[in-house]
Amino acid sequence: MKDVKVLGPGCARCDRAVTMVKDAAAKAGVDVTVEKVTDYAAIAGYGIASTPGIVIDGKVVHAGGLPKPDDLARWISG
Amino acid sequence: MTTDVKAIGHPSPAPWLAAAAAGLAIWAALYSQLVPFSQWLVSLLPLARESRLGEAIAFFFYDVPKVLLLLTLVVFAMGVVRTFFSPERTRALLAGRREGVGNVMAACLGIVTPFCSCSAVPLFIGFVSAGVPLGVTFSFLIAAPMVNEIALGLLFALLGWKVALTYLGFGLGIAIMAGWVIGRLKLEAWLEPWVLTIHAGVATLPDRTQTWPDRIRAGLEAVREIVGRVWYWIIAGIAAGAMIHGYAPEELLASIMGREAWWSVPAAVVIGIPMYSNAAGIIPVVEALLGKGAALGTVLAFMMSVIALSLPEMIILRKVLSLKLIAVFVGVVGTGILAVGFLFNILFA
Repeated sequence: MKDVKVLGPGCARCDRAVTMVKDAAAKAGVDVTVEKVTDYAAIAGYGIASTPGIVIDGKVVHAGGLPKPDDLARWISG
Repeated sequence: MTTDVKAIGHPSPAPWLAAAAAGLAIWAALYSQLVPFSQWLVSLLPLARESRLGEAIAFFFYDVPKVLLLLTLVVFAMGVVRTFFSPERTRALLAGRREGVGNVMAACLGIVTPFCSCSAVPLFIGFVSAGVPLGVTFSFLIAAPMVNEIALGLLFALLGWKVALTYLGFGLGIAIMAGWVIGRLKLEAWLEPWVLTIHAGVATLPDRTQTWPDRIRAGLEAVREIVGRVWYWIIAGIAAGAMIHGYAPEELLASIMGREAWWSVPAAVVIGIPMYSNAAGIIPVVEALLGKGAALGTVLAFMMSVIALSLPEMIILRKVLSLKLIAVFVGVVGTGILAVGFLFNILFA
């Protein structure tokens, strides 16, 4: 079970990032819990400067814009 | 595993580069046919070209395709350039930078760093908590929306490269000066208290491998997103501009927005603050106003005020800035815009 957090104040792109993560997990057959982090202080705590950010098992793997599907698949199954 | 990823992640760039070249060729062909195309369209209508309505319609059918074509090109180019930058990298470049040099760098990076308005607050905190001085952060935050590809593309399309470059120069100048002034005022205490308590480290992100196909795709994505979002603004703006072009009385406009009416510059700034349009809707109107005798400085001040001092952005920033600091921000940037407006009206008299 992987713990994925999507960091973002709730813009359209952040929601798309959540969908992308879920799709990628389903495709890779990996169990994930996806949590949206919308609180600014909490987002800032991860040390990123742009959203949406993606954190997998506590490690920031992406910040700013949507991830490339290839990269996402690699992070999810890696 | 790694070889697999390589095979998927790095397709040969040749077809992409060829497609990009073909796209540019088609673009150039379309652009060269603009005048005949618009004349042909207007000639189909049962209207005298010299009538007021004829004038307005000819203006509309020439400007819409021209602006959309030029905007597409500029947005695509900017989309590609931005793949070389990221807010995290920009932050690393600016952290601990002295004021002065830092303000100049921040304003310039503000133009090329990809950044959407919903990222403004995380970016602000991310910068300040990583040791980017407050004034330098402001230089970035002022330049980023003010000198954007939509404004530059449209100014270039409608008013020529000289005005576009002057706008770029003065926009950067305001961002640098305003950030520097805010830095000198030492207003860190006027941030919202919780911001100062955040001492987030700097996340180390895995390196993003960007190939040329990725960059071209990013440019296309920018076109799809930005042109897709603003095209109706542009059509509405050009329609309004066409009406002004065909119908607005010249003497009246010149007396309100002309060079002699000094008060029109501050009025333009004040009216521009609560207005939230993007450059796409404003610039075609600006062009038409100029044609009717409005002064360039006055309309530029209006444009900058609409774009750089927007109420929605201030509401977002209110989460991290106290009202006092927002007032200083508006005051300093507004003064800069005023100065640019007056300067233009004197220089281009």
